[in-house]
Amino acid sequence: MRLEVDITGKIFRNAAGEQHDVIAGVAFALDAGEVGVFVGPSGCGKSTMIRILAGLDHDFRGRVLRPAGARIGIVFQEPRLLPWRSVEENVRLVAPLADDKKLSALFEILELSAHRNHFPGELSLGLARRVALARAFAVEPDFLILDEPLASLDDALAARLREQIATLVDGRSVMTLLVTHDVEDAVRLGDRLFLLSPRPARLLAELAIPTPRRLRRDAEIAAIKSDVMRRINGDLTGRDG
Amino acid sequence: MPRLLSFAILLATWWIASLLTGEAKLPSPPTVLAAMIVEAKSGALFLNLGATLARVALAFTLAMTLGVVIGYLMGRVRLADRLGDPWLILLLNLPALVVIVLAYIWAGLTEVAAIAAIAINKLPNAVVTLREGTRALDAALDEMATAFALPRWRAFRHVVLPQLAPYIAAAARSGLSLVWKIVLVAELLGRPNGVGFEIGTAFQLFDIPLLLAYSLSFAAVVLVIETLLVQPFEQRLSRWRPRAA
Ligand SMILES: Nc1ncnc2c1ncn2[C@@H]1O[C@H](COP(=O)(O)OP(=O)(O)OP(=O)(O)O)[C@@H](O)[C@H]1O
Ligand SMILES: [Mg+2]
Repeated sequence: MRLEVDITGKIFRNAAGEQHDVIAGVAFALDAGEVGVFVGPSGCGKSTMIRILAGLDHDFRGRVLRPAGARIGIVFQEPRLLPWRSVEENVRLVAPLADDKKLSALFEILELSAHRNHFPGELSLGLARRVALARAFAVEPDFLILDEPLASLDDALAARLREQIATLVDGRSVMTLLVTHDVEDAVRLGDRLFLLSPRPARLLAELAIPTPRRLRRDAEIAAIKSDVMRRINGDLTGRDG
Repeated sequence: MPRLLSFAILLATWWIASLLTGEAKLPSPPTVLAAMIVEAKSGALFLNLGATLARVALAFTLAMTLGVVIGYLMGRVRLADRLGDPWLILLLNLPALVVIVLAYIWAGLTEVAAIAAIAINKLPNAVVTLREGTRALDAALDEMATAFALPRWRAFRHVVLPQLAPYIAAAARSGLSLVWKIVLVAELLGRPNGVGFEIGTAFQLFDIPLLLAYSLSFAAVVLVIETLLVQPFEQRLSRWRPRAA
């Protein structure tokens, strides 16, 4: 199972009829069991790219080869829950075959057990995000797409969820794409980091982290982090100069 | 309680007005009640109410079903909207009387003609409301359903239908009141029974107690159906909404 992406252009037309480029050129490949991470400034086109990769937007130049029949689990940037269905119904809707034990365990890990029967309107944003995560995990995806899943969660919970994502990703051979602003998240979870330029998004650099997630030491993580920071900021100074 | 009070006030106003204008023009409540009882005893009241209700039920169901389907299509498919729009504008502005008369001329003084005419009068409202509702569907939720590969019917049932529900309820509510009004005209013009027919007869004989007896019985039936059927249904649909304080 392998994802091959070569997007050469994506244009949005706004309400006034003007065109603007959102993606200039992004090409990469991702194998099963790998976690690819997009790191890029706000508004550079990450969510746009995610929509293309999930097969929701076909209006772009280039080509995306997705494994046929791959089950997609997705966490959008906003939770996108059905307000008229309870938390549990929202999850069961996309995963009708999920068995009760697994679902209970999932709710337990995401600390949602007390909220199973609540409606989304009764949840905080952080809780709603966790429901969206539960929904994406519940389908046991082959292709997991996470658009800033850990935003608006406190540090401790974010760290636990990072663990959870790592467990899921390592347990099954799933292709994962993660969008994040947090370099720490990127370096702890990713196998391959894709650094993106400001809009229109270009692939600035692709960094592979060969050490398996579980074996990464703090020193190594700090080193990679500073490398990433340097590259991102280097681009900024390069642009200014 | 407030309902009972407003009913009592209506009754009192009626009674006083009848005392002021005289029985001949506005019969008092007991006179009308007596006429009602006579009609009820002969069975005519229930027969006519039943005939009218059956027409309402058939025409309403037909118009709602077609209205939801056509409105949804016009909201989703651009071509359907382009094709349907002129017809919609025509039907929306065509007086009910024209539709009813034409239906009777072309299809004869038949039950089918009556029900079709009533349904056609209600249809454009349902279509417009549902088209509006379909246009307001949340694209983000559609994307969610697509990404998770929800089967079509499942997505329609759980993602689309709940969003359309308030629009369907609104179309049903305004449509029902429209049907109540039109059914009597259709009966008056071309049916040998029903509340509209009886009111027409009473009018020709200038039998005001009979006229009021049928009008009020009909109003009572409408009220009962609205409170027992329509309102609980609407409340059920909005169960998930946080209650207004
Ligand atoms: N439907 C649309 N029509 C026109 N322009 C759009 C549309 N959607 C997004 N854009 C523009 O495309 C650019 C990229 O948007 P996108 O949501 O992909 O950014 P992002 O990288 O996900 O940002 P963030 O990190 O803030 O979520 C933005 O400048 C945005 O204004
Ligand atoms: Mg985004």
